[in-house]
Amino acid sequence: MKLHRKHHIPALAVVAASALLAIAAASGAASQALWPTLTSPSTPQRAPDTDGFIPRWLLLEPIGVNGLTDSAVQAIVKKEYFPDQFTVIPHDGDKVTVGDAQLTWHAVDTKNYNVNLYHFAYALGKPTSNVLFWTVTLVNCPQEMRGVRLAVGSNAASVWWVNGQEVIGIYGDRQTVIDDGVSKRLTLKKGQNIVRAAVINGGGATDFCARFLDENDKPLKGFTVSVGEVRK
Amino acid sequence: MKYALLVTVLTLASIALALDGQIGIHDPSTVVLCDGKFYTYGTGGSSLVSDDGWTWRPGVALPRRGLAPDVIHIGDRYYVFVAGNIGAQPKAAVNMIWSKTLDPNSPDYKWEEGGVVASSDGVEDSNAIDPGVFLDPTDGRLWLVYGSYFGYIRLVELDPKTGKRINPNDKPRDLAINCEASDMMYHDGWYYLLATHGSCCRGADSEYNIRMGRSRKVTGPFLDAEGLDMILGGGKLLIGSGGHVIGAGHFGLLDLGQGVQKFSMHWEADLDRGGASVLDIRPLLWKDGWPVAGENLKEGTYEIESERTGTALELAVEGMPVGGPRGRGGRGTGGAGRGGAAAPGAAGAPGDAAGRAGVAVPGSGGGGRGMFAGTGTPIPPQDVAQVSTNWPAGKIDTRMGVYLCQAQQKWAISAVPNAGGYPGSPYFKITIAGTDRTLAATEDAELVVLPAFTGGPDQLWRFDQLADGSWRIMPKSVPNSKEALVLSAVGSSFATLARFDPTSDKQHWLVKIP
Repeated sequence: MKLHRKHHIPALAVVAASALLAIAAASGAASQALWPTLTSPSTPQRAPDTDGFIPRWLLLEPIGVNGLTDSAVQAIVKKEYFPDQFTVIPHDGDKVTVGDAQLTWHAVDTKNYNVNLYHFAYALGKPTSNVLFWTVTLVNCPQEMRGVRLAVGSNAASVWWVNGQEVIGIYGDRQTVIDDGVSKRLTLKKGQNIVRAAVINGGGATDFCARFLDENDKPLKGFTVSVGEVRK
Repeated sequence: MKYALLVTVLTLASIALALDGQIGIHDPSTVVLCDGKFYTYGTGGSSLVSDDGWTWRPGVALPRRGLAPDVIHIGDRYYVFVAGNIGAQPKAAVNMIWSKTLDPNSPDYKWEEGGVVASSDGVEDSNAIDPGVFLDPTDGRLWLVYGSYFGYIRLVELDPKTGKRINPNDKPRDLAINCEASDMMYHDGWYYLLATHGSCCRGADSEYNIRMGRSRKVTGPFLDAEGLDMILGGGKLLIGSGGHVIGAGHFGLLDLGQGVQKFSMHWEADLDRGGASVLDIRPLLWKDGWPVAGENLKEGTYEIESERTGTALELAVEGMPVGGPRGRGGRGTGGAGRGGAAAPGAAGAPGDAAGRAGVAVPGSGGGGRGMFAGTGTPIPPQDVAQVSTNWPAGKIDTRMGVYLCQAQQKWAISAVPNAGGYPGSPYFKITIAGTDRTLAATEDAELVVLPAFTGGPDQLWRFDQLADGSWRIMPKSVPNSKEALVLSAVGSSFATLARFDPTSDKQHWLVKIP
């Protein structure tokens, strides 16, 4: 029996990491040095990985929230925390003000199929429990792709939008399972498509993964992802 | 037929949930499809026809009447084999007739006599009645089995181009004994001989039951699951009496394609129809290399669970834990379960830091003291009227989740009167139990739950039991689509409609009693 199934970093380690971060002036470079699974993008665009997972995302530093039920999550994600929250295409280093806090968008590539939000927030000295993460990526399609589905997993709840349309909501205190939540069939237009998500964590580990599935439920390929306007 | 019994055509009114309509028949031929209609022919000139395989009506009698016909469709011909006694049993003969169609209204409906294909002289160990015809899918050869309790079940080869004996002088092979109403089929490298054991024609006192053996060769020997040769009386049971029906006989394979198989047969006595002999169509399942008789879906309240994911189809609404919200001991966070534990305004009952959220009632048999003790009293089923007050009034999406005995996960599946059906069953509606909220197909081939059932074909559902006992679930039609689509799991928490893939478990569903 394991009541606390999520991993908790000992408080001492948190203190030590915070001290280290303070010494490093909490610079982006220092944060990235402490990201075991995330790196800063070094190329304009990336292809999905071999299993179709999207590796590149813009992550906003966490916002404190509380609630994982359907209604609580819907209320949390529908609240406006910063201007143009549902339409903005942020760039690495952009800042938004949420309440009294100034939060920064970070462009990341993940080394794994999933994006580890715990690593992300912990390295920044930010809270990892009872938080909301906003994330955005741009999916660039060489041609229109019909009948595809967005397929996600998240720890914990998450809500997802594609080109402004809410397409998935998965709720409760859940773990990241590949293709846990799957959208209805949708069309990715030729050119740039915006995938946006709000991931809410209760406590412990937090991460997400996302990919598109083709009409045969196989991983979709043939597109690239970027974290900013694609400028030719 | 154990006795030279000429059964009058039975015409019965529909009174039960077996097949619908007038289904009185004895010794039915294998149900076959011709130009969109299903046909079967029985002893004494009886005939049934159906537009959908569910509702039946009397058909036109064959020009040659006799005992226990069998039918097969090869090329542009329908061959019918009909037995008749020549005087008294066991002197008998099987005659073949053929037509290009079974539809009496077609200009091609014309029967030709094909002559005798098998016979018994009244002395030999054979009674040439009860023909069963089999086309070997591996090589296209055509075979006829026949016989009854006087002597052996025998096998002869026919010409698939003419339906006649390839060589009338060839000696028939003996395959089985102490049975009748035989037929054959092929599956995964094995030939199966199915034959009816026990007594017939005694109404509710009939002991008819269908048994089988299998062989690697069409010519046998056919051994049962215990290794006993059918020629020594062996036979593994496929189906016998049960419920309100007595005496199973005259197996006929109805292969609907894509791995969906059913079989036609008759019951000697349907107690709900006054003990009449009636047609039935059942799913044919497979287990360990042997056919198993399945069951058509019965009305009831069920959990619909994906065999692929283990998650249950549910209305996409915030769930309420059965028994109400409860804190999670030691964590001090009430109502954190999936799907939403805490109802609006109900914060739950947080446990204290040590997890001492409750106290066991002595003698309750619960999990001892503390957070595992339960309430000490039985928790009643969730009242859908109570928990549905916050559900949206209009259309609601579906999703799949871990089954938690909650109201939005329980589906009432009930037959829709006068809505037609498919071989063996009527169309059903699927509603959230205790409500009229109805599962429907959408024009973009997804699922939605409508506020109420209105009877449209997008709300009528077909359940076909598959070889492994799970179910294929499909709407009668999908709006603006001519494709036959079925309920399909996508990922862990979503269901959609998709083309049926017999090799995938995404479209296999378990229908469980909650």
